[in-house]
Amino acid sequence: MSRILQSAGERRAETHPLTWRLHDDQSPVLLEEYLDTQGYAAVTKALEQYTYESLTEEVKGANLRGRGGAGFSAGMKWSLTAKGADVPRGYIVCNADEMEPGTFKDRLLMEQQPHLLIEGMILAGYANRSKQGYIFLRGEYHLAAASIQRALADARADGWLGSDVRGSGWDFDIALHTGAGRYICGEETALINSLEGKRANPRAKPPFPGQSGAWGLPTVVNNVETLCNVPGIVNHGADWFQALSGDLSRDGGTKLYGVSGKVNNPGLWELPMGTTGSRILELAGGMRDGLTLKSWLPGGGSTGFLLPEHLELALDFDTIGKTGSRMGTGLLTVVADNQSMVSLTRNLEEFFARESCGWCTPCRDGLPWSVKLLRALEAGEGEGGDIELLEQMARDLGPGKTFCAHAPGAAMPLASAIHYFRDEFERGITRPKGEAHADPIPVGSV
Amino acid sequence: MTTTATIGTTIASDGFVLDPADRAAILEERAHYPYPQAASIEALKIVQKRHGHVPDGAIPAIAETLGIRVADVEGVATFYSLIFRQPVGRHVILICDSSSCFLTDYEALRDAFIDHLGIQMGQTTADGRFTLLPVCCLGACDRGPTILIGEDLHGPVTPDEIPRLLEAYA
Repeated sequence: MSRILQSAGERRAETHPLTWRLHDDQSPVLLEEYLDTQGYAAVTKALEQYTYESLTEEVKGANLRGRGGAGFSAGMKWSLTAKGADVPRGYIVCNADEMEPGTFKDRLLMEQQPHLLIEGMILAGYANRSKQGYIFLRGEYHLAAASIQRALADARADGWLGSDVRGSGWDFDIALHTGAGRYICGEETALINSLEGKRANPRAKPPFPGQSGAWGLPTVVNNVETLCNVPGIVNHGADWFQALSGDLSRDGGTKLYGVSGKVNNPGLWELPMGTTGSRILELAGGMRDGLTLKSWLPGGGSTGFLLPEHLELALDFDTIGKTGSRMGTGLLTVVADNQSMVSLTRNLEEFFARESCGWCTPCRDGLPWSVKLLRALEAGEGEGGDIELLEQMARDLGPGKTFCAHAPGAAMPLASAIHYFRDEFERGITRPKGEAHADPIPVGSV
Repeated sequence: MTTTATIGTTIASDGFVLDPADRAAILEERAHYPYPQAASIEALKIVQKRHGHVPDGAIPAIAETLGIRVADVEGVATFYSLIFRQPVGRHVILICDSSSCFLTDYEALRDAFIDHLGIQMGQTTADGRFTLLPVCCLGACDRGPTILIGEDLHGPVTPDEIPRLLEAYA
């Protein structure tokens, strides 16, 4: 079970649409309680008042940006789905393969409030004319699986899923699909291959999944947190959603922000989109053991390192994007002054090397090579030119060189660590290019 | 060990018999999808739940049950890290080795497990009780370093807690 959600104040439906129902004892919100607290009201409203086009327009107007890390407008994605009388109905797939290093938000939503996700999926299914939904859940989330299975059965028994949803004449159901490991399954098209029972290699785009996805039918893939935002938008409107972030951000809504690493009070908070990193770090009680913050990742292992000065920026997709990093999942990983950037980067690249599906050469061969170089630097056995070679590799792993974003994701922390902390890497070089190494000086811990 | 496989037909190999309950569970999963191949990962997990790992003979048995190619089942079985194609211990200990746990000293925890159990990562204790494996970020980074034993998440775990923690896993 995840740690309890922490509050920066009282949680209310109007201000904390994702978490206001959650219990202090972390027990799940079951169907009866969910129905008593506006639950499934958005489905009723949508079936009565919205067409699939107008529902898509509402979500588009809210500027709900994808919470899985890419930040693409959910409404825009939905508007690009092939749908119409002559197009077969396809699939809405929830990406619940939460495996991004440093990210622990979707787990909480699924374990403790599965009906909010199901309601969001029903709405997304309606807006996209989907015939079936799948929740693609990573295999290690056993508690979330049990929580979702029970909620699906309860929702189905109460008529929210299945044929003729609540007497509307509209058929829609959801099945839980659990994975069996591999980070790459979180990549949209690899996820679709995995859902089809294949190896999780990504697919070439175009065609985009909205045109031809699972089993060749129009398929929309949205993250858990993204879908959990949809009921609130339908209940209260796009303007309300935009107002949640007020002047802090042009992106609408709230965000589940979190902090991990050596802080006094690691955890998760629902805050307005655009809250600053310094505010979030303050809620996390600051660095522990008298440590000082050296660097931080804004939203997972595939985002670029930033400096303490960047903590004053609004944590939203555009603002963090301008630094050259990405907001990603919005869960901060903090690095203390006594922790080695070379070692941490080596750890990250080992992760990406192991999790590469092997489909594209730069990723399959480049990532293990970067690990080899980083290990040498970490052991104080690097040679002249190693850093420049790593920089070259970061460029060659960048966007456009491979089928999916796995390699570009791996390049981000690598390039940014060298950019901001070059001196730490230089300390690992103890011999000129081409010469045998003489006297190793480990720099694993600074 | 020999495995003979013929596409699309019933195969007898290594004396493996698919348990009737598992076969029924696989067919139930199959009903969730428009095409049978989609149930192959779940089928492997069903077999693994009973046997601890996926014996060689289970691959053609699953293929036959779902009416799909043996190579497709094996291709999937060897791709996914949580499908075990070799015997593992009664309890698999998955140690998170991703960045947040790295920053909260998972390496010391991993080394303590290696010392305590007398095996390396990827190995199984001689008594068949524990297998040690690394795993991607377990999504509980506020509790790092974290581990998963069977279906139980633990964290934060310190090296000195290991003996007591493992007592619950006979």
